[in-house]
Amino acid sequence: MDFNDFNENDYDMPCEKAWCPGCGHFTAQKILRQALAELKIPNEKLVFVSGIGQAAKLPQYTKGHMFNGLHGRSLPAAMAIKACNPELTVIVNSGDGCSYGEGGNHFLAQIARNADITQIVHNNMIYGLTKGQASPTSLKGMKTPVQVSGVTNEPFNPLAVAIAMGATFVARIFAGNMAQAKEVIKQAIQHKGYALVDTLVQCVSMNKLNTFKWYKENTYELDDSHDVHDKKAAFAKSLETGKYPTGIFYKVEGNPTFSESSVAYKNDKSPLYSRNLDMNKLEKLIISKRKR
Amino acid sequence: MEKKVSDISIVIAGAAGQGVQTVEELLVGILKMSGYNIYATKEYESRVRGGSNSTEIRVSSNRVSTFVNRIDILIPLNSAAFSHVESRLSEHSMIITDPSLLEGIQNLKEEQIISFPFSKIAKDVGSKIYANVVAVGAIAGIFKTDPKIAKNVLTNRFSSKGSKIIDNNYTAFLKGYELGKQVVENGKYAINLSTNNNIADEILLNGNQAVGLGAIAGGCNFISAYPMSPSTGALQFIAANSEEFGIIIDQAEDEIAAINKNIAAWYTGARALASTSGGGFALMTEGVSLAGIMENPIVIHIAQRPGPATGLPTRTAQEDLNLALYAGHGEFARIIFAPGTIEQAFYLTQKAFNLADKYQIPVFILTDQNFVDGYYNIPKFDLSKIKVEKAFIKTEKDYLRYKFTKDGLSPRGIPGYGDGLVRADSDEHTEAGQITEDMEYIRPEMVKKRYYKRLKLLEDVADKPEIVGAADFSTLVVCWGSNYTVVKEAIEEFGSKEIAMLHFHQLFPLHPNTKEILNKAKKVIIIENNASGQFANVLKLYCDLSIPEKHKYLNYTGKLFAVEDVLDILQKEAN
Ligand SMILES: Cc1ncc(C[n+]2csc(CCOP(=O)(O)OP(=O)(O)O)c2C)c(N)n1
Ligand SMILES: [Mg+2]
Repeated sequence: MDFNDFNENDYDMPCEKAWCPGCGHFTAQKILRQALAELKIPNEKLVFVSGIGQAAKLPQYTKGHMFNGLHGRSLPAAMAIKACNPELTVIVNSGDGCSYGEGGNHFLAQIARNADITQIVHNNMIYGLTKGQASPTSLKGMKTPVQVSGVTNEPFNPLAVAIAMGATFVARIFAGNMAQAKEVIKQAIQHKGYALVDTLVQCVSMNKLNTFKWYKENTYELDDSHDVHDKKAAFAKSLETGKYPTGIFYKVEGNPTFSESSVAYKNDKSPLYSRNLDMNKLEKLIISKRKR
Repeated sequence: MEKKVSDISIVIAGAAGQGVQTVEELLVGILKMSGYNIYATKEYESRVRGGSNSTEIRVSSNRVSTFVNRIDILIPLNSAAFSHVESRLSEHSMIITDPSLLEGIQNLKEEQIISFPFSKIAKDVGSKIYANVVAVGAIAGIFKTDPKIAKNVLTNRFSSKGSKIIDNNYTAFLKGYELGKQVVENGKYAINLSTNNNIADEILLNGNQAVGLGAIAGGCNFISAYPMSPSTGALQFIAANSEEFGIIIDQAEDEIAAINKNIAAWYTGARALASTSGGGFALMTEGVSLAGIMENPIVIHIAQRPGPATGLPTRTAQEDLNLALYAGHGEFARIIFAPGTIEQAFYLTQKAFNLADKYQIPVFILTDQNFVDGYYNIPKFDLSKIKVEKAFIKTEKDYLRYKFTKDGLSPRGIPGYGDGLVRADSDEHTEAGQITEDMEYIRPEMVKKRYYKRLKLLEDVADKPEIVGAADFSTLVVCWGSNYTVVKEAIEEFGSKEIAMLHFHQLFPLHPNTKEILNKAKKVIIIENNASGQFANVLKLYCDLSIPEKHKYLNYTGKLFAVEDVLDILQKEAN
């Protein structure tokens, strides 16, 4: 492809997509493709990582390298891929169940590492693929085939958790607001360090409560008065419910990434695959074992 | 019983935190550098202070690599030590002790006791804390080692603490040394072992270190692990060398994360080790399955300990063979190794990385607490025998990760190397890695690829079990993994022309000739550290061999087999 001519369609896989007509994952994928085209990232430099779920099928439909792993385990995989080859752009796409439920512990732990990856969570507030059970972000009272008299759990607040855990880039977008969403995604990918983009998407088949219309009516854009470097203000914004703010809540630049902190990159910046074992060092290490 | 002249077993016993380990390190250092063969192992409780722990050091004219129950010299560090090792003491055991520890201790004869006021001598030097070093000096005096060697060892050991501490330790050592020498001069006790200067040049590694070193020699440059006894030593060994070798170290949030990270590291062209114990591995099993469908290499070290669940965290067992063999839902090929010696742990772990890479499968290294904590001197490894054989390719534009080929192996590309896209999926997939539900052609072909064809390739490169002992055996003593050394020593000591050991360091898939070897024996007995005869069941399944219950010697106590235990078994079977 011509280096100056990146097109969103270059990132699309020519295959049937197993998403329902009108599904928010389509829009989320389109926004991502547009952002990648504008950032001019070649397909061969991109690794799409996911777990399992409807959202997690995005790497299947998007052109780049793919690691479509286990339900809940996208973040550990993404962190390791970036750690082993910092030259790759690593983007995680998975659902709210996969990312915050099954993968909850990984969410906390990977934020703490500040691996230079972008985590896009397609938050439809429901388990889509398994047909409509509550997810960690489902709102109280929602009835499902399992939560038969309504959800009673307090909804998980990914943004507040991420800010509290020291995430270096925290954002929420509504896929229906494509203009803002694309800009946020671009910044998230460009951010050096871990970036969370909680992405509100409608599930047309399984979530009759949080529809496209509902998201549209219950979100508003953060404006310039919000200082993205003010952690306390970001935290306060993240606690807002009823009407949910969208945009970048918080970011901090310059924190060392996992790779930058790793001794493996102290004297050598090349990806691990290209390195060779130093037999002289091995010999020396063995000889050092003459002593206990 | 005649006192053995070729090897002396020294046991140091006391509470955790009392310095058992320091005494061990100093004695091993001094005796090994003096040209004695050494084997040492520890047994300890799952706690940081208190309780009763012990370390055995065998000092020998010949190579030693396994545990004996017998105690020739006991160094108690508290009174409880006596009851802790009571069953292992005999009238031939010598006790080297501070007199204060003997209060209330009965059943010891006068001539067994060598008592010195270690604490008082230590106080005279400057502090009670030197008491252990006085005891070390006494042993060195009995062995008549060159004090210069001890000076070196002490200097190295305490180098971070400054010259005053080093001097005090050396003074304490010399006081003990003089006392030890007097014991010999007075004719109370003497040791006449031969030494060999080459031994000073040999290396000392325990099982965890051998696995860690083998991993580094296999090109390991990524390890994500969650600490768990008794495997932690391997992680720490690799961490200690991470800067020198450019290894990414990640202490994972849990073992589920660890296995997924290690798998993804391989996907990216790195070489990763998953190292854990049974409980941690139980959490990894979905990841093993992921490696299976993704045809993704992974090397997994399981240092076994007795279960179920938390079980006995610091004791030994061979209970997780079934777990390794069957881990992961669905069907796919794998290799399971269980090294019997420190050398084997090094070479097999090294090789595991090449095999995992080439065959795109999980390769297991099964060790156990007995194996990972035990160590002995061995000649330096022959590095001309090893090579990191990277098997990934540079991809072309039209690259297909799961391309169908005759032998079932698709060339493995990695992201960022070449023009192709490397698309790996945990769903059933096409050659391109795209999700499919084609059950007419693709699914069965993929199963053949991952299972039948792969297993065939692995059988072709499987290692043979090793026969030790009588060439014209009529009885075979089967064992695997860590029991190599104990069975070998017992068989050699027993010296029967009828009995041989058949040791398996590859447990799966078995070498195709295994059945033939087993069928040569009139009688097959098996020795395992578990209750169900897990490897006996593997032999039944794959070699159609039924070992009668009475010939299964199953130790599920959590304790390792001692040479004496195996000798008893051989005696019984020979009658
Ligand atoms: C270990 C494991 N547990 C459960 C499942 C079943 N499962 C697949 S997707 C999913 C939930 C999907 O919800 P979400 O992540 O929100 O994605 P969505 O389909 O809503 O986009 C579940 C429970 C699985 N594949 N693996
Ligand atoms: Mg969902």
